Amino acid sequence: MLAIAFYIMAAVTVLSGALVITARNPVHSVLFLILAFFSAAGLFVLMGAEFLAMLLVVVYVGAVAVLFLFVVMMLDVDFVKLRQGFANYLPIGAVVGVLLLTELIMIAIAIADRGAAAGQSPQVYGPEMSNIEAIGRVLYTDYVYLFQASGLVLLVAMIGAIVLTLQHRVHVKRQDIHTQVTRRRKNAVEIVQVKTGEGIKE
Amino acid sequence: MTEPSFWAGPWGWTIITIGQSAAVIMGVMISLAFLLWGDRKVWAGVQMRKGPNVVGPFGLMQSFADFLKFVLKEVIIPAGADKTVFLIAPLLTFILAFMSWAVIPFAPGWVVSDINVGILYLFAISSLGVYGIIMGGWASNSKYPFLGALRSAAQMVSYEVSLGFIIITVVLLTGSMNLSDIVNAQAGGFWNWNFLGGGGLLGLGIIKLPIMLGMMVMFYISALAETNRPPFDLPEAESELVAGYQVEYSSTPYLLFMIGEYANIVLMCAMITILFFGGWQSPIPMDSIVPQGSLAYILISLGWFILKVVFWFIMFALAKAIVPRYRYDQLMRLGWKVFLPLSLVAVVLIAAYRVFGGNLV
Repeated sequence: MLAIAFYIMAAVTVLSGALVITARNPVHSVLFLILAFFSAAGLFVLMGAEFLAMLLVVVYVGAVAVLFLFVVMMLDVDFVKLRQGFANYLPIGAVVGVLLLTELIMIAIAIADRGAAAGQSPQVYGPEMSNIEAIGRVLYTDYVYLFQASGLVLLVAMIGAIVLTLQHRVHVKRQDIHTQVTRRRKNAVEIVQVKTGEGIKE
Repeated sequence: MTEPSFWAGPWGWTIITIGQSAAVIMGVMISLAFLLWGDRKVWAGVQMRKGPNVVGPFGLMQSFADFLKFVLKEVIIPAGADKTVFLIAPLLTFILAFMSWAVIPFAPGWVVSDINVGILYLFAISSLGVYGIIMGGWASNSKYPFLGALRSAAQMVSYEVSLGFIIITVVLLTGSMNLSDIVNAQAGGFWNWNFLGGGGLLGLGIIKLPIMLGMMVMFYISALAETNRPPFDLPEAESELVAGYQVEYSSTPYLLFMIGEYANIVLMCAMITILFFGGWQSPIPMDSIVPQGSLAYILISLGWFILKVVFWFIMFALAKAIVPRYRYDQLMRLGWKVFLPLSLVAVVLIAAYRVFGGNLV
C-alpha cells in the first residue's frame, strides 16, 4: 500500500517536473510546478514528516507559488520571440543543467556516506516526541543562534530589496486615513445664501 | 480473541474512512442548502423584504430548486478560454473546500482524521483555495474575471498572514496543533473558552483576556476577507467587476464555485468555533447531568457545535447585510498595517506569558 502510494506520488512529481519545462504556456508551467510541490508534500507525509509536508504546502504552494503565478499571468510573453533565442542560449543552458545535475549527484553521494557530518552521530528523538516538537527543539533550542543568524541574513536581503525599489516622489497625493475618518459635515459643507443673478464668487 | 476483525484491516479501514467522508460531505452539503437559505433570509430581514418564501414551507426548499436549475442549464465555455484550466478551477475550489472538513471534530470522537497537525492542515488547505479563483479568472480570458482574480489573490495572501499569527496564539495557549486537543483544552464552561483567554485568568493570566478577545474579533474580520465576503468582496464587487472571477461561468461550474465558496465560509465559522468558542463543549459543564462518553452526550455536543457554527454564520450574513464595501487600498492597509502588527504583538505577549506565567508544561 505504502509502496503504491510512493510510486504514484513520485511519478506525478517527476512527470509534472518535466512538464514544467516542456509546457508551452508559462501559466501551465507554474500550475505544473504547483502540482510538483503538492506531490512532494505527499512524499513527505509518506516519510512521516507531516509537519514539513504542511509547511511545504503553506509556504510554497500557498504563498510563494501564488505570487509567482500572479507575476507570470501579468507578464506579456511573446512566444515567437522566446523561441528565436532558443538556439543561442542552448549551450549555456546545457552547461548550467549539467553543472546542476553533477551537484545534485555529488550531494546525493555526500548524504549517502554522510559527508561533512561523518563521525558525528545524528540526534535521535524517540517516538514519544512528535516531529513538530523535535523540529522545534532542534531549531529553537539546540541551534537557536544559527537560526537567528539566518533570520538576520534574510532581514538584510529584505532591507536591500526595499532600498532598491524605494522611490521618494514629491508630487504624489497621499491618503491619510486619519483625516479621512475624522472628516465631519461642518468642515466639508458650507451653506451659502445666494442672491439671484449674482452667483457665488470664487 | 480470534483473528482481528475485518474493520481493523487495511480494506475495512479504507471502507470506513470513505463512508465517514461521504457522511461528512453529505451532511455539510445538506446543511449548506439550508444555511444558504438562512443567509438570504437574514439579508431579506435586514432589508425589510420577505426573502425566499415560495418553494416549500417558508421557502426552505429554495436551495434545492436553485440546485436543479443550475444543473439543468447549459454549460457555456467562452471561445477564447483555456478549456482545461477553465473547468478544473471550479472543481478545485469545490474539492479543496470539502477536503478541509476531514479534520474538523464535530463531537467528542467524531472526526474523520484526527491528525497531529490538524490546524496546520486546515491552514494549508484554505491557503490553496485561492488557486481555484486565480485559475478561473485567468482561464476565462476576459478582463473583469482577470481583475477579480488578481484582487482576490492579493487579498487572500495578505490576510492569510494575520490568520496564521492568530492561529499561532491559540496553538501557543493550548500547546497542541491537534484540533481535538484544542477543543478538550477548553472544557469546563464558557469561562475556559479561548476567546476569554482559555481559563486560568487569576493573577498574571488576566492579560490573556483582552488579547484573546481581540484575536477573536480579528479572526472574524480576517475570515470575512479570506472568504471574499462583504465588506471585503472586492474580487466579485458587482458594481465594478460585474461578478469578478465568475463572470464567464454558468450552470454546473458556477454551482461548484458557489458551493465551494459557501463551504469555505461555513468552514471558517467552524474554525472560529473550534479555536475560540470551545468547539463542541457546552457553555455550562453538563458532565453531572449526562454521563461523558454516552451517545446522548455526543449528540448534545454535536448540537452545541452546530448551534455555535450557525451563530457565526449569522454573524457573517449580518456583516454582508449591514456593512458597505471597503475600498481596495483600505483593505490592504487593514491587513498589512493593522492586523499583521497587532497579531504579531499578540503572539509575542502570549508566548511571553507561556514562558514567564509559570504554567509552561
